[in-house]
Amino acid sequence: MAAMSKIATGNGHGENSPYFDGWKAYETDPFHPIDRPDGVIQMGLAENQLCFDFIKKWLIKHPEASVCTAQGVNRFKEMALFQDYHGMPEFRRAVAKFMGKVRGDRVKFDPDRIVMSGGATGAHETVAFCLADPGEAFLVPTPYYPGFDRDLKWRTGVELVPVHCESSNNFKITRDALEAAYVKAQEANLRVKGLLITNPSNPLGTILDRDTLKNVVGFINEKNIHLIGDEIYAATVFMEPEFVSISEIIEEDDVECNRDLIHIVYSLSKDMGFPGFRVGIVYSYNDAVVSCARKMSSFGLVSSQTQHLIASMLSDDDFVDDFIAESKNLLFKRHKYFTRSLSQVGIGSLKSNAGLFIWMDLRKLLREKTFEAEMELWRVIINEVKLNVSPGSSFHCHEPGWFRVCFANMDDNTMAVALSRIRTFMLKNNEAMVPPRKLCRLSSLKLSLSRRMDDLMSPSILSPHSPLPQSPLVRARN
Amino acid sequence: MGLLSRKATCNSHGQDSSYFLGWQEYEKNPYDEVKNPRGIIQMGLAENQLSFDLLESWLAKNPDAAGFKRDGQSIFKELALFQDYHGLPAFKKALVDFMAEIRGNKVTFDPNNIVLTAGATSANETLMFCLAEQGDAFLLPTPYYPGFDRDLKWRTGVEIVPIECTSSNRFQITASALEEAYEQAQRKNLRVKGVLVTNPSNPLGTTMTRDELDLLVNFITDKEIHLISDEIYSGTVFSSPAFVSIVEVLKDRNLENTQVWERVHIVYSLSKDLGLPGFRVGAIYSNDPIVVAAATKMSSFGLVSSQTQYLLSAMLSDKKFTKEYIAKNHKRLRKRQSKLVAGLEKADIGCLESNAGLFCWVDMRHLLSSDTFEAEMELWKKIVYDVKLNISPGSSCHCSEPGWFRVCFANMSEDTLTLAMQRLKSFVGSIASKDRSHQELKNSRRKFRTKWVFRLSFQSFHDREQDER
Repeated sequence: MAAMSKIATGNGHGENSPYFDGWKAYETDPFHPIDRPDGVIQMGLAENQLCFDFIKKWLIKHPEASVCTAQGVNRFKEMALFQDYHGMPEFRRAVAKFMGKVRGDRVKFDPDRIVMSGGATGAHETVAFCLADPGEAFLVPTPYYPGFDRDLKWRTGVELVPVHCESSNNFKITRDALEAAYVKAQEANLRVKGLLITNPSNPLGTILDRDTLKNVVGFINEKNIHLIGDEIYAATVFMEPEFVSISEIIEEDDVECNRDLIHIVYSLSKDMGFPGFRVGIVYSYNDAVVSCARKMSSFGLVSSQTQHLIASMLSDDDFVDDFIAESKNLLFKRHKYFTRSLSQVGIGSLKSNAGLFIWMDLRKLLREKTFEAEMELWRVIINEVKLNVSPGSSFHCHEPGWFRVCFANMDDNTMAVALSRIRTFMLKNNEAMVPPRKLCRLSSLKLSLSRRMDDLMSPSILSPHSPLPQSPLVRARN
Repeated sequence: MGLLSRKATCNSHGQDSSYFLGWQEYEKNPYDEVKNPRGIIQMGLAENQLSFDLLESWLAKNPDAAGFKRDGQSIFKELALFQDYHGLPAFKKALVDFMAEIRGNKVTFDPNNIVLTAGATSANETLMFCLAEQGDAFLLPTPYYPGFDRDLKWRTGVEIVPIECTSSNRFQITASALEEAYEQAQRKNLRVKGVLVTNPSNPLGTTMTRDELDLLVNFITDKEIHLISDEIYSGTVFSSPAFVSIVEVLKDRNLENTQVWERVHIVYSLSKDLGLPGFRVGAIYSNDPIVVAAATKMSSFGLVSSQTQYLLSAMLSDKKFTKEYIAKNHKRLRKRQSKLVAGLEKADIGCLESNAGLFCWVDMRHLLSSDTFEAEMELWKKIVYDVKLNISPGSSCHCSEPGWFRVCFANMSEDTLTLAMQRLKSFVGSIASKDRSHQELKNSRRKFRTKWVFRLSFQSFHDREQDER
């Protein structure tokens, strides 16, 4: 009689997925350069830790950005009382401006369409509540962020139907895949209400090209379903090609689109590195959705203390311009260093230009082409190599052997330690495959091999299409 | 098509209620001492604005907490990254200690049993998602906070069945009212999952008696259902009787670690006691580890900003400050409430005797043209549009008797309250004189009727005279 709800006692929170198991392993034995040098290094957390020094300098110069300092306290009472779910006008203006700048000012955002939410987590759940009834479905291209299973489904009763993307074409979203997923949903008697895309993609780290975006917009218009664009990694696009937002595509002359179907989810957790401040945004081109989401935002308003801080920071145009440039620069450098070092030991990844992670290709290390083998390999990586990485299966990837590995949530030293562990592991792994009498030749070959790899190294080589060495020995034979 | 969900297109968000309409009218024409002295005075907002100076002076003395620092060192990065839904341990400890202090330290709370949420709004909704399925029901004593219709029902699909309380016994909960509500739910084929009470009560401003609390414990034990005690006004109890929390009753009855102990859950927030609604600090406290675990995961949808957790953990850990704040806040609330009560008395208006909250439950039944909710709405519209006071009509709080209004007293300056009372007095005075002249007219009509044949022309002339006045 006094039992709890099915929602509370079931598994809909999704935390029994391996994505979270790795976190648990990390939490019991976390790496620390001095106290726990053999601990697990966290590479499963998509955080952006590269820009804090930059931000701190701004904070020191602007004490009035906090309503609690002597310089800001004159607004304390006003902020403390402000619980209007419309959000502070200056906060909305500043966020709208920031979103525009992140898109190179190629498009403008209307502050009156900015609706707050409890992080992007809250934003996604709110959008699901607004657009779909229990039992209805959204299509989501795989691989996708594991949190969607909780955010979109758990308390809403909405279903997710995967749109399968394959490594054979770099996990591009094809019209065929969309249609196939739609048909599958219908066969399962699920009414499809929308398509959710994450662009730039988590976990791929890639952006959708113009053609794909147009295809997607065409598809949703034809089916008269909603398009939710999760663009929370928009400012993490650190090199060409340039990011194209849904907000830009719908403005193009040759694109016909019912704007009532278009919604964007945003957050400052990734672009600025502020996950603790819980700044989520729902931006919809549909007035009814704006109105409904705004009422629902009562369940997850942004603390006025935080609204004030963000409004101050993002209203400073010079700071924003410098920040966006600096962030891209630091991400680019870290990504290059990481991927280059990996390729030196024969590890490739999907060619990427965005995000806080890479989509690492470890298919050749699998005992067999199965998800069981992927789990085995993953346990080895966690328990022996002592790195928490995220297995592709937790992202609903259709093919085993892919892993998401984060690179922006640690300092240079930790990155170096992680890479040395990977190096050690790969060399051990390769040696294990080599018969003993060939070992002496192996050592003399290693040096020239790595030099050759440096010469050849450039991001364009690291795609699944290029021949990846099984081991230095195999490469030398070629 | 492009259809939205049923939730998006229905009215369950409750914002078409008069509670919110009054706010909207206020917003169109808000009172300002200088800029708009004839505007509407906001008396429909249960905010505590009386003690900000205490908070501000604490901030001035504690620059580290204010400036993302700890022991002089910047912890900005640490806070910016902290999104653990278990919450900042120091904050949870400070919060449960504060809750205990408010209860005279007669009970203690375990920080591991507290879940942080984005305001009590989120806490209440989360508890519904944890404890009930769509279509299940919770029993709530009337009158109750209008926001519950949204918070408890909208996205959860849970139903509310009222426990009717009446002025005959000061709106206290009775055993028969509880049973009647339970039976009503059954008649509607609704499975009752629990009772939710607000203690101290919004809108009554009263604390629940020990008898009522005992009654509730007996009832939920007998029916094997949950009890949610929304105690967000617990820090606003400014006069006797002292606040008795449900946990105190359970403890006194030696019910700790029994089944019923795990079915009692408390909702808290700093929006009323500390006057910080903008910071969105809510909490669920439960002795059931499964509820704590589920609610913790759900809090992902509305975590408390780490910036805010840090500031408040420093503030609430300062025991010297909390002691002084609680005492001074009580004193100021008591004084302000007395002022409202006295002002109402001058207008011949009474209210329910209260010892808590940020409002009074005002009795305007005698001003109704008839004992109906239509008459209540009529009166309310006059008060909002003519008297220019936004107060909340009892019907928006689901009161079963027309004529009661919730009037807030802590969200304005003393001068503004004085002005509001003057306006009310004039209004009541004008009704009284209108009543008197209508009464006189009725009397004179009666007199003339007996001689109508001879005085017909004279009477009609007399009538016209009255109307033109």
